[in-house]
Amino acid sequence: MTLNVSNLACYRTGRLIFSDQSFTVEPGEAVMLRGPNGSGKSTLLRALAGMLPFEGDVVLNGISLADDHDGVQEQIAYAGHLDAIKPQLTVGENLTFWARLFEGGSIREAVEQFSLAEIWDRPAHACSAGQKRRLGLARLVVSGRALWLLDEPTVSLDVETTARFAEIIKAHCAGGGMALIATHIDLGLDAPREITLDPNVMRKTMPPSDPFLSGAWE
Amino acid sequence: MNATFAVLTRELRLALRSGGGAGLGLAFFLIVVMLIPFGVGPVPHLLAQIAPGTLWIAALLACLLSLDRLFQADFEDGTLDILTLSPMPLEGLVAIKAFAHWLTTGLPLVIAAPILGITLNLPDSAYWWLVTSLAVGTPALSFLGAIGAALTVGIRRGGLLLSLLVLPLYIPTLIFGARCVAAASEGMDVIPAFQLLAGVTLLTLALTPIAAAAALRMHMR
Repeated sequence: MTLNVSNLACYRTGRLIFSDQSFTVEPGEAVMLRGPNGSGKSTLLRALAGMLPFEGDVVLNGISLADDHDGVQEQIAYAGHLDAIKPQLTVGENLTFWARLFEGGSIREAVEQFSLAEIWDRPAHACSAGQKRRLGLARLVVSGRALWLLDEPTVSLDVETTARFAEIIKAHCAGGGMALIATHIDLGLDAPREITLDPNVMRKTMPPSDPFLSGAWE
Repeated sequence: MNATFAVLTRELRLALRSGGGAGLGLAFFLIVVMLIPFGVGPVPHLLAQIAPGTLWIAALLACLLSLDRLFQADFEDGTLDILTLSPMPLEGLVAIKAFAHWLTTGLPLVIAAPILGITLNLPDSAYWWLVTSLAVGTPALSFLGAIGAALTVGIRRGGLLLSLLVLPLYIPTLIFGARCVAAASEGMDVIPAFQLLAGVTLLTLALTPIAAAAALRMHMR
């Protein structure tokens, strides 16, 4: 199980966000994605998750994202800026739903790792931002997927939970999993490899294939 | 199967809890039909004549009311992103969501319609066909609406656009559904209109999940 990315480029509304990104994530490895605001970290993660169009090759476990979209998506767990939580449901109902849908990992393990037992019966709208984030991240564990794509996962987490989350990532990688993490802080992983996105990539515009966007950024 | 059941129970829970809007369609249906006698006047034979069309048009508009939240809520809180990564095919997911929409919006209308038939002086012979035609026709409304909801996902205040997109698609169901009830109240043969109504619904159930899923994918990729 390896993630191979070569010559990845992404455009959004005809504007180049980044280009020529080539890297590999080996099994058991957590790679940090660095770069200032607006350098394209979120875009890169969403493109790898198959949620945005891209140019280049993304191959996970021998399957190309361009050829078998679903085949790649079914190996990925993604945690973005939004926690994908329904405020009307309780914490337990939210997590149980994801666990039954993905049929992957163990709920009990996720509850222990993210200390959700004390807020299990609380409606999600009554939870604090940090508690919601814990619930959102617990979805990674119940999904049982090998590749975790994490976009600023530690936002609103306290110091103690952040440290615990680093341990959870280490445990995931020790079990043969992989993680690609966009973050600005030092998570405390053991000397992880870093990929840095350059915000000063030449902002060239796309060839005028889309008549609606011609001249939009000139 | 477990996943299907999980999505369905979640959809029903969300619709029935606060802010879900399950009662919205029913309340709208009741009020609009109750207003008709005030507007048209208490003329029993006139009310009996317009009853089939009125009940069907009111049901159609009531169905439309809660459609704009079908995918929009999931899009706004990031749930839609995660659902696309799930093992369940998007077509299946669309079908379950549309079915849940029918259970919480269409089915209550079917149950309430006979009571409203009385207020419009609907002839006795038409009640059975009013309930049957609504039960067979309203699923098509929820499923066709899913296409509009999928196309307008991500657009703020997309409800207006959704109505413009979806209402023309409702015309065949409206024609055959209202014709069923009218034929029954006039003592004519109901079966041809009913068969066409059922045909439209079956075609809709088969094709719309594919179309709506394609619209969602277009939005996501």
